Amino acid sequence: MINKKVANVEEALKGVESGMTLMLGGFGLCGIPENAIAELVRLEINDITCISNNAGVDDFGLGLLLQNHQIKKMVSSYVGENDEFERQMLSGELEVELTPQGTLAEKCRAAQAGFPAFYTPAGYGTEVAEGKETREFDGKMYVLEAAYKADFSFVKAWKGDEAGNLIFKGTARNFNPCMCGAATITVAEVEELLPAGNLDPNQIHIPGIFVQRIFQGKRYEKRIEQRTVRATEHVG
Amino acid sequence: MLDKNGIAKRIAKEVKDGYYVNLGIGIPTLVANFVRNDIEVEFQSENGVLGMGPFPFEGEEDADIINAGKQTITTLPGASFFDSATSFGMIRGKHVDLTILGAMEVAENGDIANWKIPGKMVKGMGGAMDLVASAENIIVAMMHTNKSGQSKLLNRCTLPLTGVGCVKKIVTNMAVLEVKNHAFHLLERAPGVSVEDIKKATEGRLVVAGDIPEMEL
Repeated sequence: MINKKVANVEEALKGVESGMTLMLGGFGLCGIPENAIAELVRLEINDITCISNNAGVDDFGLGLLLQNHQIKKMVSSYVGENDEFERQMLSGELEVELTPQGTLAEKCRAAQAGFPAFYTPAGYGTEVAEGKETREFDGKMYVLEAAYKADFSFVKAWKGDEAGNLIFKGTARNFNPCMCGAATITVAEVEELLPAGNLDPNQIHIPGIFVQRIFQGKRYEKRIEQRTVRATEHVG
Repeated sequence: MLDKNGIAKRIAKEVKDGYYVNLGIGIPTLVANFVRNDIEVEFQSENGVLGMGPFPFEGEEDADIINAGKQTITTLPGASFFDSATSFGMIRGKHVDLTILGAMEVAENGDIANWKIPGKMVKGMGGAMDLVASAENIIVAMMHTNKSGQSKLLNRCTLPLTGVGCVKKIVTNMAVLEVKNHAFHLLERAPGVSVEDIKKATEGRLVVAGDIPEMEL
């Protein structure tokens, strides 16, 4: 067993420097690497190019990095829940590259799987396709999209083992598996880190080969963005 | 004239037995409330769940189980979770039977705009560009006019596009329309709405052939 375990978040983020390109998993606030984000804030890593589907909310998730102006460029598909983000973008302080969500996921997976680029129909005929190569296959037009190149990817899983194997829970899976192995160094944080042999190999979502460092997060707030409930049904 | 729930109710009639359906944010989300309960339908949410159920009871919310609108949800028997690349594989690979989404503008050539108002509102396209570029069966749920009464069914979209030539059916608060041959073809009128009303509210080319029935809801 090749041991990927590191003692804590400080050790997990060794080598992260200002100016790097970082991938961060999560959809909205669901399945975000909370501990890695907090450490990026503490380390005052600046000029980050950040690849993440969303930008958090004003006071949580990537919003914490935005508040401190630590992000130079944001690559996302949807940024609608964050006023500070919108302000920085409209004022030109923040560079923003909006990418269709499926394309964003696939650009991560392409990096993981060793594809330099791929064709997708998403965005054809829109400003997303401007300056990009297009090509017709079977009478339909496609846009050539390149794989991402990143220095670190930070992902969050539910359970993991010392070999770096990961299991995700619910929709907290989202972009996390796609970002594993998609950067030079993948750092996984998990709610529960187990000795090797404690996870059923049949149930592993991401094999440890895609993960360089794994640690158990100190705590998870798991904030809910839109708490929606239905009325309790009355029996009898 | 229909309200948002009325639009959702009319669209629900387009949902057929055995369909996998992706619902966008806003009016489309309401469609789930009106689907007949004697048919089997699975709702897909592009953040990575198939077999989406209703909202949870109070106290049973799980931060790890949400829909694409970031709302807490539940799952039904037979549900599955998957990563974002797989999710858009379902969409791009045409495994999802019906896509219902909102729009700011639709043009008579089937172009749609729903993600950006330059200099004003930039929330991003989310999954909308992937959905409209790939889905063969797209229904747009929208209001026929904006708040100042101007048509949202246009000759040409004025806002940045989400997709080109992809919209085939539209359900508005006033009408059901099919988009083909560079025109909006009127299929049904909302209760209490006349063909004249619809003509006035439609800027793009409108084709009215024969008697136009009132919607059955």
